[in-house]
Amino acid sequence: MSVPPFQVRFFDRGGEIALAGVAALVVALACAPWWAGRDQLYLLEEIFAYVALASLWNLLAGYAGLVSVGQQAYVGLGAYALFGLAILADVPPLWAIAGAGVIGAIAAVPVAALVFRLRGHYFAIGTWVVAEVFRLLASQISALGGGSGTSLPAGIVIAIAPTRTMREFVIYWIALALVAAIIGLILLLLRSRYGLALTAIRDNELAARSNGVDVARVKFVVYVFTACGTALVGALIFLQKLRISPDAAFSVNDWTAFVIFITVIGGIGRIEGPIVGTIVFFALRQALADRGALYLLMLGAVAIVVMLKAPKGIWGVVVDRLGWQIFPLRRRVVYPSRPDTSAGSRK
Amino acid sequence: MEWTNTIVQGVLTGGLYAMFAAGLSLIFGVMRLVNIAHGDFIVLAAYLALVVTETLGLDPLVSLVIVIPLMAAIGYALQRGLLNRTLGDDLLPPLLVTFGLSVIIQNGLLELFTADSRRLQAGALEVASFEVARGVSIGVLPLLQFVAAVAVIGALQALFYRTAFGRAFRATSDDPAVARLVGLDNAHVFGLAMALSLAVVALAGVLLAVRANFDPAIGPARLIFGFEAVIIGGLGNLWGTLAGGIVLGVAQAIGAKLDPGWQLLAGHLAFLLVLAVKPEGLFPRIRA
Repeated sequence: MSVPPFQVRFFDRGGEIALAGVAALVVALACAPWWAGRDQLYLLEEIFAYVALASLWNLLAGYAGLVSVGQQAYVGLGAYALFGLAILADVPPLWAIAGAGVIGAIAAVPVAALVFRLRGHYFAIGTWVVAEVFRLLASQISALGGGSGTSLPAGIVIAIAPTRTMREFVIYWIALALVAAIIGLILLLLRSRYGLALTAIRDNELAARSNGVDVARVKFVVYVFTACGTALVGALIFLQKLRISPDAAFSVNDWTAFVIFITVIGGIGRIEGPIVGTIVFFALRQALADRGALYLLMLGAVAIVVMLKAPKGIWGVVVDRLGWQIFPLRRRVVYPSRPDTSAGSRK
Repeated sequence: MEWTNTIVQGVLTGGLYAMFAAGLSLIFGVMRLVNIAHGDFIVLAAYLALVVTETLGLDPLVSLVIVIPLMAAIGYALQRGLLNRTLGDDLLPPLLVTFGLSVIIQNGLLELFTADSRRLQAGALEVASFEVARGVSIGVLPLLQFVAAVAVIGALQALFYRTAFGRAFRATSDDPAVARLVGLDNAHVFGLAMALSLAVVALAGVLLAVRANFDPAIGPARLIFGFEAVIIGGLGNLWGTLAGGIVLGVAQAIGAKLDPGWQLLAGHLAFLLVLAVKPEGLFPRIRA
């Protein structure tokens, strides 16, 4: 076998600068406990949670074509797994987060087997039914307070870290590590063979299948991965809240409607989209927080307008106009034996 | 006797679910669109009826004369103005736009009417009932709902297979491009289909609202009941949808009888069981 006369590269000069910027941002955020106040830390954690949830939903809907409106099933499952493991099984709370991720992944296997039987739009509603079933089952668990929920006992809270300040720092760092890991893993996934398959499915599922992509398998892997990540995020969100109830943990507005609007507004099918969308979402919320239901109503209207007028979202417009990418995903073919023509000519 | 009573009540409730499902099934059949806001339109119809009955002092059932054409007009305008632009090969736009509509309707109603639960007052009709056997009594209102559901489904079936309207619906459903070639205006046909769907929704919404309390947040659950009835019955079969609604209603009634907390869960489990065992539904349409 001969060595192919070309290489596939992800980086160009702009990409290296962008990635250095991302690394600097992560370091700055990791130092946040020293430069930010308690309220700001809390806000940052919330932002991380939404970036993570939206990135996962984007992978699911934007790349794998699995438009779920039932991801609150895994947020709630993760949260209940954390409380269950910590309260009923005496698992240390930080280990219980990891346990929640495992439980999310395991639960996703039979769920996928069922909901994958539904096509397209009906799949979406099917996932919603599953989330409802999870919510109703959670409200039957009397050991965790049934329908009215329960709080995390003080003894368990202290097990995270002895002082309140230290506890807040630990949870903050875990939230940052989790969102960084989720985006990092999605990047790795998209750069692997699965990534090529997913991009092909995103662009044209039929063409992908006829080129030998095992569409069902790829979708299954993405669904289980997303469930695991979503459950981890859910566990962390409720570890921070310290209180759980079925309605809060399985809320379709909080964990699905917001997440979908963030992704659509930011740019679906692009890894930067959910990040941009989350920034817009929180900026709007700071401006309109006191308007309650009206805020959600306006967000829905904005998402509809974006979907109709600029279906690739804000980041899609940026890419079309300026050709930017922050995360190195674009593949370019380079012929080392010849003068480098491809990198220069493609802008 | 107690169990017979439970099952009879479940069957009657099932008629209402079939009516939720019929509107959903209709537009999916004609234009492959699943309206996530379907349940919220049911609630919207209930609030429209509330406003009409309170301002004009009409009986809820008489208010249908106003609410049905109004909802149909909303449906036609919505389809022509918004939803037609989302139709195409991509699944995402119609899903997200109707999801956005669902959130807009819910929160709009919340702003206008608050989260308080409301009910349409139908006077003596609400409690009227007759005994068919010892221990089994049938409420006039539930019976009326069931008869209305059967009538709606029979009428839709006749419309689909015996009228020029129905031919146009089926033609655009089979092949929109060819339908256009033979002179159909697809945008208009889709508008009519949505108008018809929301007319059925209006009837279902008013019948729901005289029988039970409603508030702005109950829409999604009605969407799910309708959806479950469609899938249990089998896609594309209207009489199957009625059967699906009945299965769902009976499952919920039995669940509620065992433990009040199990009412909804039992319905969902029946749906998941059908999905696991017979994913094409209990009465799939026979393909020619």
